[in-house]
Amino acid sequence: MGLGNKDVIGLRDVPAEEIRLILDTAEPMKEIIQRQIKKVPILRGRTVVTVFYEASTRTRASFELAAKYLSADTVGIAAATSSISKGESLKDTARTIAAMGVDLVVLRHPMAGAAELLGKTVKAAVINAGDGAHEHPTQALLDLYTVREKKGRLEGLKIAIIGDILHSRVARSDIWGFTRMGAEVRLAGPATLMPPGIEKLGAVVCETPEEALAGADVVIVLRIQLERQQEGLFPGLREYANLFGINRERLKLAARDALLMHPGPLNRGIEITTDIADGLQSVINEQVTNGVAVRMALLYLLIGGGGASGVAH
Amino acid sequence: MELLIKGGTVLDPVAGEITGKDILVSGGRIAGTGRDLVPGSAVEVLDASGKLVVPGLIDMHVHLREPGYEAKETIRTGTRAAARGGFTAVACMPNTSPVADTAALIRYILDTAREQGAAHVFPVGSITRGSKGKELAEMGDMRKAGAVAFSDDGMPVANAALMRRGMQYARMLGLPLISHCEDRELSSGGSMHEGYMSTVLGLKGIPASAEEVMVAREILLAEETGCRVHIAHVSTAGSVRLVREAKSRGIAVTAEVTPHHFTLTDEAVTGYNTSTKVNPPLRTAADVAAVKEGLADGTIDVIATDHAPHTVEEKDVEYERAPFGLVGLETAVGLVWTVLVETGVLTPLQAVTKMTLNPAKILNIPRGTLEPGVIADITVIDPDLSWTVDAGLFESKGRNTPFQGMKLKGQAYATVTGGWVRMLGGHVKDDHGGSPPC
Repeated sequence: MGLGNKDVIGLRDVPAEEIRLILDTAEPMKEIIQRQIKKVPILRGRTVVTVFYEASTRTRASFELAAKYLSADTVGIAAATSSISKGESLKDTARTIAAMGVDLVVLRHPMAGAAELLGKTVKAAVINAGDGAHEHPTQALLDLYTVREKKGRLEGLKIAIIGDILHSRVARSDIWGFTRMGAEVRLAGPATLMPPGIEKLGAVVCETPEEALAGADVVIVLRIQLERQQEGLFPGLREYANLFGINRERLKLAARDALLMHPGPLNRGIEITTDIADGLQSVINEQVTNGVAVRMALLYLLIGGGGASGVAH
Repeated sequence: MELLIKGGTVLDPVAGEITGKDILVSGGRIAGTGRDLVPGSAVEVLDASGKLVVPGLIDMHVHLREPGYEAKETIRTGTRAAARGGFTAVACMPNTSPVADTAALIRYILDTAREQGAAHVFPVGSITRGSKGKELAEMGDMRKAGAVAFSDDGMPVANAALMRRGMQYARMLGLPLISHCEDRELSSGGSMHEGYMSTVLGLKGIPASAEEVMVAREILLAEETGCRVHIAHVSTAGSVRLVREAKSRGIAVTAEVTPHHFTLTDEAVTGYNTSTKVNPPLRTAADVAAVKEGLADGTIDVIATDHAPHTVEEKDVEYERAPFGLVGLETAVGLVWTVLVETGVLTPLQAVTKMTLNPAKILNIPRGTLEPGVIADITVIDPDLSWTVDAGLFESKGRNTPFQGMKLKGQAYATVTGGWVRMLGGHVKDDHGGSPPC
């Protein structure tokens, strides 16, 4: 089987068996990454373009390496150095890229819905690498992969997500993904950064981080951005660190073997203290490795003959 | 030339429902009514059998975009859209460029409408200069030039003291203020209703309170000043409750709802179709139920479209980047009939009253009935016609409708404006019949 859609926009509508397929496919991909010669000819002659309207280190590099390890040709377009900065609309950029015969476009964009708009505009497959506060499906998939690899299962696990849920596309995709795979998701964060109706996604909203952390198998710490304080959404970073920052004391509330995760980049000393970020329970660096594997799996499934659009071309 | 509208069922908000009555039009006015009137030789006959003959529909909330935004709409195209949709008169909002804040601009709109319009145009002047919310505009001069109401519409007056003075002044002039109720601090940066759907879609939300705090403010100020205040496009259950309570206390407040707010919910934003981006935003199913209840119990007096055309380029962008607004003139009758009349929320007569006599009363314009002697603004509605919305057929320059492809029942069959048949069977007449009497 392959994936049901041409594009991967979010996990909201991805069934459990497809998520399982992606994670299963990522396993041999991870093995490839660990080889000395990291190159397989699966996507030879295929072209992948990454279009980033927002700054990114790991996601962009991760996609480009994933494509290269599979022998695809890659082109990276960053907003600041392209026609995007000359005011070209997203649709026109999309049409331009499509006209060059690209097989797959990876899009990172500050506005929700941008990836869906792109997917509707071009025939090429589209992977959403984060659109506003909507979704970041590949981050959630690498989180799922990491947890499954470490814990051997997803079902029945307790996942605590702590921080700015309101602006977090990672939180949304994680909630869809983990709950779909049978895990329990608990959320904690400042009331001003908790979006309305989030419990209807299947997550439990906790009053305090302590409540969310109690007995958790996985702790996912979200990045808090200083600009949110400037928007008046919380009083300050110092208080945030006191009330919601994950430190050694708070981490002890979680299960003894709990995994500590963070989508990066880290604000050390604010949402997470350095000792635990670099500690034994942290799998933050493995998340990065697994990100490449999961993205290789998606590229293969979408344009490597394993998926819907592979035959459509 | 006389016109005989023959064989229809007449729905008149004043006289009630009468089956099989003919209407004779002469000299631009209704000359007589009666059963089986025998036409003379020079009479044009409009066969209305099986159809409803109602006073010309009035849309008291449209954006004609001229002057300044002619790429979106012009007075000519906007009034043609009105005629096609069954409207014989529209009240246009002042957020043009420049803002309609002086007598000269009111006169410009009226003159252009007289030369090029396919429907009567009643301009709404701004409350403050440039709708900047700093100082009152020359409302007295604008009234003299023909303004029928005042509003800063999408740029609502944030300063309560200034709004209070605007109300005192408007009361003196005897004209209503129309308020687009929005606290722009609460709505700041939002693209859609704040709730479960905004959370799922990752779009910044506009809470219901952004509307409701201003509805409450306008009611309190209306009570204090005695000014007639009309609440534009009510969209939340809380606003309906506030207006209902104000009316029960005898405060001179009226309210309108748009077809999109009684038809669609925030679920429609799924897929990021920018034609669903509108201000106030599409709300929840509970809000839709509440506005329908408000329509049924009389809390909401008027159905108005807030027709807001934009160009394709403006709307064909990321959701957050798209301007607010959707076109409504050419789908209103179908939505009213399909969503309100067919389902029994309103009787046909109630629906017609909210699109004719009630807006006429609020704007104090001599319209809204079919009594002999009044200007012959008449709409013929085919309540049984099933059709599919196709924006490609719109007379409006705007194609930004969230109802594209929707199947509707009920459509305007003919529009008679000032005694002239301006639209028949969906076709707007190209020849301009001279200036319709006002």
